[in-house]
Amino acid sequence: MTATLTGVDVAPPVASAKRRRRAPGWLAVVPLLVFTAIAFGIPALAMLNGAFSVKDQATGASSYSTENLTASLHGAYLTALVGSVKLSAVSAGLGALLGLPLAQVVVTSRFRALREAVLTASGVLANFGGVPLAFAFVATLGNAGVLTVHLGLKDTGWDLYSFWGLVIVYLYFLIPLMVLTITPALEGLRSQWREAAQNNGATAVQYWRHIALPVLLPSLLGGLVLLFGSAFAAYATAAAMVGSSVPLVTLQIADAISGNVLVGQENVALALSLDMVLVAGLVMAVYLPLQRRSARWLA
Amino acid sequence: MARLNPWRWVVLGLAALYFLVPLAASVVFTVDVPGQGVTFDAYSQIVSADGFVSSLLLSLELALATIAIVLLLMVPAMVALRLGAPRLRPVVEVICQLPLVVPPIAFVAGISTVLKWGPDHLSRTPLFETFVAIQNPDFPFVLVMAYVVMALPFVHRSLDAGLRAIDVRTLVEAARSCGASWPQALVRTVLPNLRGALLNAAFLTLALVLGEFTVAQLLGFQPFAVWIYSVGGSQAQLSVAVSVLSLLVTWALLLALAGVGGRTRTASSRG
Repeated sequence: MTATLTGVDVAPPVASAKRRRRAPGWLAVVPLLVFTAIAFGIPALAMLNGAFSVKDQATGASSYSTENLTASLHGAYLTALVGSVKLSAVSAGLGALLGLPLAQVVVTSRFRALREAVLTASGVLANFGGVPLAFAFVATLGNAGVLTVHLGLKDTGWDLYSFWGLVIVYLYFLIPLMVLTITPALEGLRSQWREAAQNNGATAVQYWRHIALPVLLPSLLGGLVLLFGSAFAAYATAAAMVGSSVPLVTLQIADAISGNVLVGQENVALALSLDMVLVAGLVMAVYLPLQRRSARWLA
Repeated sequence: MARLNPWRWVVLGLAALYFLVPLAASVVFTVDVPGQGVTFDAYSQIVSADGFVSSLLLSLELALATIAIVLLLMVPAMVALRLGAPRLRPVVEVICQLPLVVPPIAFVAGISTVLKWGPDHLSRTPLFETFVAIQNPDFPFVLVMAYVVMALPFVHRSLDAGLRAIDVRTLVEAARSCGASWPQALVRTVLPNLRGALLNAAFLTLALVLGEFTVAQLLGFQPFAVWIYSVGGSQAQLSVAVSVLSLLVTWALLLALAGVGGRTRTASSRG
């Protein structure tokens, strides 16, 4: 039996007669591949195709050009794209900045129950965006919200339906996401390292500057990028809260899909989507190597 | 190592404040109606509200269909990749991560383009019937297809972790040498060992489908999240009450998941 097992292990993957007898492995993968080709491949190709094709108003003939992409980087569309990037960058930065001390406090806490509670709650809150979140904040800080009314925030010029209002709401799921991403790295910081640094006369600042931060940096940056991507793709929260008072690329795309575009610009939504995919692809291209790098210290 | 300094309490206190106040305020908002005093009307109205039951049922049906399909597609494929066909493994890995690169809103832009082909180009072909059928508002199968794709990354991660923890090859060889057929080996030995991972994947998919808004709204269907949104315009108290409830339900689900799955963590070296 052992011989058979190792035989299979070393055998060349395809040619072995044994493999053919034991039901070819790739057959089980085929349904998955076919399904993704239909449900994911076709829409993706349609988006790509649409983003590059332009319909001539007079003749109705369509041709390929980069006109849509150019349009998606001008005027209101550019404003929306920049607005999205700005919002995501600010909320990701704040989320990372606020999530780090929280994670640090939780990780170094000696109360096991507190750690478990905060980590579980983070897992739950990080997955909680969307419409209910928006409504919870509208009830809290909106125009007729409980805090707005009771604290008289109206007179101070507070407005939830603004850039900073959205940042506050986004942080509700971004901070927990940061806590989740950074916790393994913080747990990887050995207390021996701190003790060794102290024995050699390092101050707390020096310890953080020269030991902890370099170890944490890949995870920190990875978390930052992940938060950015998460905020960038968020649509439901923004749609339920601000309508279109804050220019965001997701809101623009939704508007265009619903048919609220100028004649001849129907495909701009697809070009905007392509812009988003490029940004999200960039995010993943930065995140994955960082994640691999940070994993080195956590072995 | 852990010192109790004021700094920790300030951080924890501020975090608790930020995360609990919106929830508490939402409850207050639904219960304390201006001009009526304290009333629980918003909660008692929920069940009788127009569209509540049908949208919730639709969401649950979509969730069940999505879970069934995604597991049926992924489990055999992942097990087969463990047993053989190593050259396909990176392919499947990349395919399962791809949906992360396409935000839901971009995905739905693509889907709606494809759906428009139906009336535009295919109205004389048999394919048109398929297009109509998958957009049936009673059970929009097109949403299930979209959700399966969106669930792929989570399901892949969960199953991969589960499969990593067991020795699939030995299990299957053992079952086979005891005379089990291939389906028996899969169902009676591999699946029970994957119970945690399967539950994990199912719960995550359930949470994803119940909360999903973007795709459903833009394709014009009305599952639960879209219904909450549509109620929000006219009945503020009711919509916030449903939001609070749906949060509690989602959290209960995810907490159950955390309890069942158990958080695997590296042993801390801290004393």
